[in-house]
Amino acid sequence: MKKYLSFFRLRFVLGLQYRVAALAGIATQFAWGFMEIMIFTAFYRADADAFPMSLSATSSYIWLQQAFLALFAAWMMDNEIFDSIINGGIAYELCRPIDIYNMWFCRNAANRLARAVLRCMPILLVAAFLPEPYGLAAPASAGHFLLFLVTLVLGFAMTVSFCMLIYVMTFFTISPQGLRILFTSALEFLTGGVIPLPFFPDNVRQVMELLPFAAMQNVALRIYSGSMSGSEMLKAVTLQLFWLTAVTAAGKMLCRMAVRRVVVQGG
Amino acid sequence: MRNLSSAIKLYRHYISINIRSMMQYKTSFFLTAMGQFLVSFNVFLGIFFMFKRFSAVDGFFYSEVLLCYSIVLLEFSLAEMFVRGFDTFSGMVRTGEFDRVLVRPRNEILQVLGSKFELTRIGRMLQAVVMFIYGITRSGVAWTFPKILTVVFMLAGGTAVFSGLFIIYAALCFFTLDGLEFMNIFTDGAREFGKYPVGVYGEKMLLFATFFVPYALIQYYPLLFILGRRTAPFYILLPLAAFWFLIPALALWKFGVRHYTSSGS
Amino acid sequence: MITMEHVCKSYRIAKRNAGFREACRSLFHRETEEIQALKDVSFTIRDGEMVGYIGPNGAGKSSTIKILSGILTPDSGTVLVDGRVPHRDRIAHVKEIGVVFGQRSQLWWDVPVIDSFELLKDIYTIPDNIYKKNLEELTELLNLGELLRSPTRQLSLGQRMRCEIAASLLHSPRILFLDEPTIGLDAVSKLAVREFIRRQNQLHKTTVILTTHDMQDIEALASRIILIGKGHILMDGTLEDIRRGGENIDETVAELYRSYDIAN
Repeated sequence: MKKYLSFFRLRFVLGLQYRVAALAGIATQFAWGFMEIMIFTAFYRADADAFPMSLSATSSYIWLQQAFLALFAAWMMDNEIFDSIINGGIAYELCRPIDIYNMWFCRNAANRLARAVLRCMPILLVAAFLPEPYGLAAPASAGHFLLFLVTLVLGFAMTVSFCMLIYVMTFFTISPQGLRILFTSALEFLTGGVIPLPFFPDNVRQVMELLPFAAMQNVALRIYSGSMSGSEMLKAVTLQLFWLTAVTAAGKMLCRMAVRRVVVQGG
Repeated sequence: MRNLSSAIKLYRHYISINIRSMMQYKTSFFLTAMGQFLVSFNVFLGIFFMFKRFSAVDGFFYSEVLLCYSIVLLEFSLAEMFVRGFDTFSGMVRTGEFDRVLVRPRNEILQVLGSKFELTRIGRMLQAVVMFIYGITRSGVAWTFPKILTVVFMLAGGTAVFSGLFIIYAALCFFTLDGLEFMNIFTDGAREFGKYPVGVYGEKMLLFATFFVPYALIQYYPLLFILGRRTAPFYILLPLAAFWFLIPALALWKFGVRHYTSSGS
Repeated sequence: MITMEHVCKSYRIAKRNAGFREACRSLFHRETEEIQALKDVSFTIRDGEMVGYIGPNGAGKSSTIKILSGILTPDSGTVLVDGRVPHRDRIAHVKEIGVVFGQRSQLWWDVPVIDSFELLKDIYTIPDNIYKKNLEELTELLNLGELLRSPTRQLSLGQRMRCEIAASLLHSPRILFLDEPTIGLDAVSKLAVREFIRRQNQLHKTTVILTTHDMQDIEALASRIILIGKGHILMDGTLEDIRRGGENIDETVAELYRSYDIAN
């Protein structure tokens, strides 16, 4: 555990040292969120009745999405891991007396967390002071906020877990690049990264909500502003737990198979 | 004149060597092109599903928005295809590759332009063309010669604006390699948010996009003309006016090069 | 002829300190540091000379080369190369020089070497007859033969370096800058490269300025050595000047570095 903590610290310090980069990143995400909200506002003006959630809840969704981008963005994968699989550097890692799945999982999580911790605060702070309905509203209730935190962690774990699945699949494919592009764009869309899930037509949304992708950013971001009912939340959290267990188990199993392959075939 | 023809000859040579290099990796080329297609396909799907719910935004209908997005996507992809060397310029500074450019007796801009020709953007352009065709058939635009001319001017002016942004991005690399992420909002962001006519974003944004970075000149105003909402002929020429943006971009680039040669960092 | 007189150059760089607390503090207050890369550097190199330019890392070698090739503008002092001020008349100046950066390739990675050469022909606008003559000569002397037909990525380091050197000489430059030309090469390639550089110098009277850490390069090539350390020219002489007795060249130079207190 200590090992992973120090890895996190290392990444965090690195992030702090490149503060101009961090500032630029924050500014970018802020501008991005701002533009998104303007689009939704325009649609709201066009037809307020067709809006599936309140404009204020939509703004909160977008600000939280920007603030925690590093936790959920599918494209933020660890290039070092891809490289070590492709060029065979993986052999060294296999020599170490630690479980490779756990190690990568923690490294990934630390990477994303270090980035997010550094960047989320200024965005949340500024967004909180923006006027209604464009800013980050207060959570619907203390209970909602608590559940938001829980589902945020679950959703984060789910994202890392799914990325792990993609890394591990790299072992079995001839074209890691293609695999990556395919999954990144699918993930972006199906998690609610392009437009929030409530904006999809009901029948499409109902299917999407059952998929593992909906168990990532979607749940936490919607719970925060209270745009899910009690039974919906229960269902969503149950699905999160289910998918997290299933995807992690699948990832571990594939990882064991991959390691055996590497050991047998010599990479 | 001899200089110009020699420059064109060299540029053609650069393109040909770029394409020959790329053809060494046909699979990778194919996959990247497909990836380009997929990434922008997400944006299209976003528009598609929003219009399942809403019939119009700011008075623009689905087919009209697609027309708008397809033109912006084409402009951006063209710029990225030809000016990719500037888009990836931070790498050139970081590795010191730019020193090599400086020890050659040719214009730096020509050399950086030639360093990369990104044919993979064809994947994205293909999609843009499909959307464009859908847009023009469904939006009920009566195509006349002035309107076709407007589209051509939009493509030219838009490529110039996005190229200007890439050049600014590259020029900033001479001063900082850390803070560049912010430029994404002007390049990738403009491609992303250019899917809707600029007017959607309100009055202030329209002013910004008219006088500061002239997105509106290559998107909103000529679009209004094409859709028949404006009839004054000067709307046809507005996209060409966007070429002014290249002047500050190139000036900043020159300034950047001078800074580089005096600081050497 | 190359002259540098009282040339100074300094950079300002940001300090990046290690450690958690330091990093937090630097968030609010950034320290910069001025590095004086060159302090009053003067020397003259005549046409057709071969000069070894040596010194530890960070001594100012690459700043000097950059100034002489017109990439970098000095803060003060005068630089003249064949009557030109490199950074002012850069385009005219670089037509007459060739630069080999040992660590960086100027050849296109995925196409046959000859394609890169053809592109250089257009970049330098080399007339057909001169290109043909130079290519033939370089092919023969550097034994490029079938290498020209293979993509750069398939070449060994030694083969690649031979091609790099040829690429830098296609436009018959009067001055050749070589930055670590033998780094990482096997023994045979090293000998071939050195032999070629010597021939080039004798045959075409090309001025050669060589920076290297490999003292055998110096021993084999340089009739004159300029030693730079901490931005100063510390010594300008011949190998014989510094050799005291029979010790090998690495020991000689190490001793020299120690005596000037510039050993890293």
